[in-house]
Amino acid sequence: MKYTIMVNEGPYQHQSADTALQFTRAALEKGHEIFRVFFYHDGVNNGTRLSVPPADDRLIQKSWSELAEKHGLDLVICIAAAQRRGLMDADEAKRQGLDANNIAPGFRISGLGQLVEGGIQSDRLVVFGD
Amino acid sequence: MSTKNFLFVNRKAPYGTVYALEALEVVLISAAFEQNVSLAFIDDGVYQITKGQNSKATGMKNFSPTFRALGDYDITKLYVSIESLAERGLTVDDLMELTYEDADDDYAEKPSIILVNREEMAAMMTEQEVILSF
Repeated sequence: MKYTIMVNEGPYQHQSADTALQFTRAALEKGHEIFRVFFYHDGVNNGTRLSVPPADDRLIQKSWSELAEKHGLDLVICIAAAQRRGLMDADEAKRQGLDANNIAPGFRISGLGQLVEGGIQSDRLVVFGD
Repeated sequence: MSTKNFLFVNRKAPYGTVYALEALEVVLISAAFEQNVSLAFIDDGVYQITKGQNSKATGMKNFSPTFRALGDYDITKLYVSIESLAERGLTVDDLMELTYEDADDDYAEKPSIILVNREEMAAMMTEQEVILSF
């Protein structure tokens, strides 16, 4: 089956960020296709590369990047939600005249249309949130 | 691109968290994809479409006027939970008058709000293909 995953909560703050990652991993292991993973609300914070959790904690953002590299996942961060919360790629930082960027490998920033398209193109859209 | 039945379920109060505001942003984008879009308002989500909202003191933007524009985007089905209204001491008179112009009926102005009980809400949900819950 073809899935689009929506992640609406931030890493370490809310269980649903972990569950989304675990669901996506399990779906891939079962041979399903992940059309896209879309990050919205505080979920955009799953795409920062500047997270440094304590050494005995899990690495949520890094796990997404690794999963993306292994399976060619399309990890999309909503631009409107990202701009509010300070998630930037190099192009956007330059455009906004900012001195830094923080997007993790494997993620890209794009618009909400990517989420709607995911709903249209996939057999199931699964929302992970509060 | 194919047309699907999209339902946006609004469960949270309009202010206090950003869920309602950002949900409405998705709704507006979905209109551009010419999908069959419906909205549901349950739990504290019914407060999103109450009239006379004034969020000034909170510092958050009062985005409730945007709901009035939905009819122009061909989003004309707003299902509101009767039980959720009653549990909060609200009636339909506390809600904004949200309408659309029916192109198939000489552009007559018709109400977008459809009051439904839980059973009817559940039946409506079974007809949906993509459900986004906020």
